[in-house]
Amino acid sequence: MDVPTTLNGYELIYKKPSTLTEKPFHYCPGCGHSVVHRLLMEVVEEMGIQEQTVGVAPVGCSVFAYDYMDIDMQEAAHGRATAVATGIKRILPDKFVFSYQGDGDLAAIGTAETIHAVNRGENILMIFINNAIYGMTGGQMAPTTLLNQVTSTSPYGRNKEAMGYPIKITELLAQLPGAYYVSRHAVYTVNAVRKLKKAIEKSFAYQKLNRGTCFIEVVSNCPSGWKMTPVESNKWLEANMFPQYPLGDIKIPKD
Amino acid sequence: MEQEKTTNNEARLMKGNEALAEAAIRADIDAYFGYPITPQSEVLEYFTNEMPKRHGIVLQAESEVAAINMIYGAAGAGGRVMTSSSSPGISLMQEGISYIASAQLPCLIVNVNRGGPGLGTIQPSQGDYFQATKGGGHGDYHLIVLAPSSVQEMADFVFDAIRLAEKYRNPAMILADGALGQMMEKVVLPQEGSLPKVSKPWATVGKPASRKRNIITSLFIEPEKMEVINLGLQEKYKQIQSEVRYEEIALDDADIALVAFGLSARICQKVVDLGREKGIKVGLLRPITLYPFPKSALNKIADKVNFMLVVEMNAGQMVEDVSLAANGKCPVYFKGRMGGMIPSPEEVFAELMSIIEKQSVTQD
Amino acid sequence: MIKGTVIIDRDICKGCELCIVACPQESLGLSKQININGYRFAELVQDNCTGCVNCAIVCPDVAITVYRQPKSALKKAV
Repeated sequence: MDVPTTLNGYELIYKKPSTLTEKPFHYCPGCGHSVVHRLLMEVVEEMGIQEQTVGVAPVGCSVFAYDYMDIDMQEAAHGRATAVATGIKRILPDKFVFSYQGDGDLAAIGTAETIHAVNRGENILMIFINNAIYGMTGGQMAPTTLLNQVTSTSPYGRNKEAMGYPIKITELLAQLPGAYYVSRHAVYTVNAVRKLKKAIEKSFAYQKLNRGTCFIEVVSNCPSGWKMTPVESNKWLEANMFPQYPLGDIKIPKD
Repeated sequence: MEQEKTTNNEARLMKGNEALAEAAIRADIDAYFGYPITPQSEVLEYFTNEMPKRHGIVLQAESEVAAINMIYGAAGAGGRVMTSSSSPGISLMQEGISYIASAQLPCLIVNVNRGGPGLGTIQPSQGDYFQATKGGGHGDYHLIVLAPSSVQEMADFVFDAIRLAEKYRNPAMILADGALGQMMEKVVLPQEGSLPKVSKPWATVGKPASRKRNIITSLFIEPEKMEVINLGLQEKYKQIQSEVRYEEIALDDADIALVAFGLSARICQKVVDLGREKGIKVGLLRPITLYPFPKSALNKIADKVNFMLVVEMNAGQMVEDVSLAANGKCPVYFKGRMGGMIPSPEEVFAELMSIIEKQSVTQD
Repeated sequence: MIKGTVIIDRDICKGCELCIVACPQESLGLSKQININGYRFAELVQDNCTGCVNCAIVCPDVAITVYRQPKSALKKAV
């Protein structure tokens, strides 16, 4: 959409990136997914790499990510985004390839593909949205669901004896030599969004170096699944998610 | 040396799996993704040996599940790609194959069939006929399925399968078996570079300003749209029927028709010889494409023979399609072995003779 | 102080209020009206926007376009 560059003598200083399509996001009010979509496309626009970028969408709430990002994309089967991204990157080694997955997709059904893509040091950017719940199917327990957290399949709270522990897959992946840059972020405040954008910029720049996988976890909210208002969900995220999933760089390039 | 290797079209003695892999390199595939499994591990080994010296990509995946999804990504990015496996591994790939069929991505999948169900046996079998020809995974779809019966065809059908896959934007399968994969025979390999690359304007290679974005997907959530996709696929499968291929041996004057594919067809060729020696007018129809299936050819033969005998290395799978094709025009009998056992020409011939006896008793 | 303003696409706003919380000037609030999707949408409730862009940065629906006084205009005013 073309917006005027001036308004009553004021200058345009922020508009929707041209790399997003016209389609309004279908996400629930306050959901972090679309902020991450937008940041990816802002970086693609600013780096001028729309023609060189191919993305992979997951199964989950962001299954329609390709409806919003105005780039060539593939829709992967549940959990297989990084295998699909591997196939793309091997055929198109000079292109920027990223995968985009939620917690169930990346850290449960797709754990093998996730670990081995990083272990091979595939030169891709893997975006991991962790909101501790299966949003699309109606709020079931995810591998990252916190202990005692109530979901539709842990109605009495996640208990470790029967359901195991919330998996810190990002720390696990950082152990692998194929991981080049591993960082955990959030989109709950202005500063957090700015930091995430920097991390995405760095990851795309690193991809050109062919040194390994860049992995960004975004600790995000699910107001509908958590049964909270968006503002409450961001407060809950800060109080409950960050102690388990602390923000910051987990592995940074040595050179 | 390299030059010599790729252009030399002299007859060579090769294992089926190796002839297949060498043919694929000559068919200019961009990438192979696979996972080791007996009895086809030589395919992966051949690629890992040869690809670094020649052209293309080879990647040993962490599982067949990953391998088929790498195929999805690489085919979607416009690559000419293939994978291979054996029965249990092909079962693992079914999810990805369904997605590939829906997203209409050309690729080659090779199944060097072994005995099942379950972990089964590593010996040859044709027990995956249903899986190969009826879809295999979820949803309404078909693969194009070619069934070689010699090492020569293991090589030649790589070219045919890729050509068909790219022509119809459909996954194609070579359904071989453990014996064809492992046995050594004389083979004249296809000429390198004789399968030109085709343009793939739908591939996700990065969106230039001049076109809309390309999306590779199998998700059409509105039923109205999904049905349009389904109808489109069915229309494509109708067109694919014109690609039907089969071989007829001694059928002109035959009273009895054997029907068999792959390794079973080789055994049946011997049965034809045995019968003819004894003055029995027996012929053989060998389906080369299992999908599309030679329905009308079989229907015509059913008009003129006393009966058909279908021979398979399974519990009786293709026999169902043969019966449908014969449509009651003649009796259709079945002789099969399972568990990795290969029927001998003599035992098939004995079966044939016992049917003839029964038939004459009935007629009397 | 530098002056700015925002244009909020009321039809795609879902009234999540994240922009309202992010605004340091308390310039934004929820409308009393509802939009075509049934959401109360965000709107300017005070004429004190500085064009800091915070609202647009956190907006999940990219519903906010931000304008600001050019720096040259500010100097003139001083």
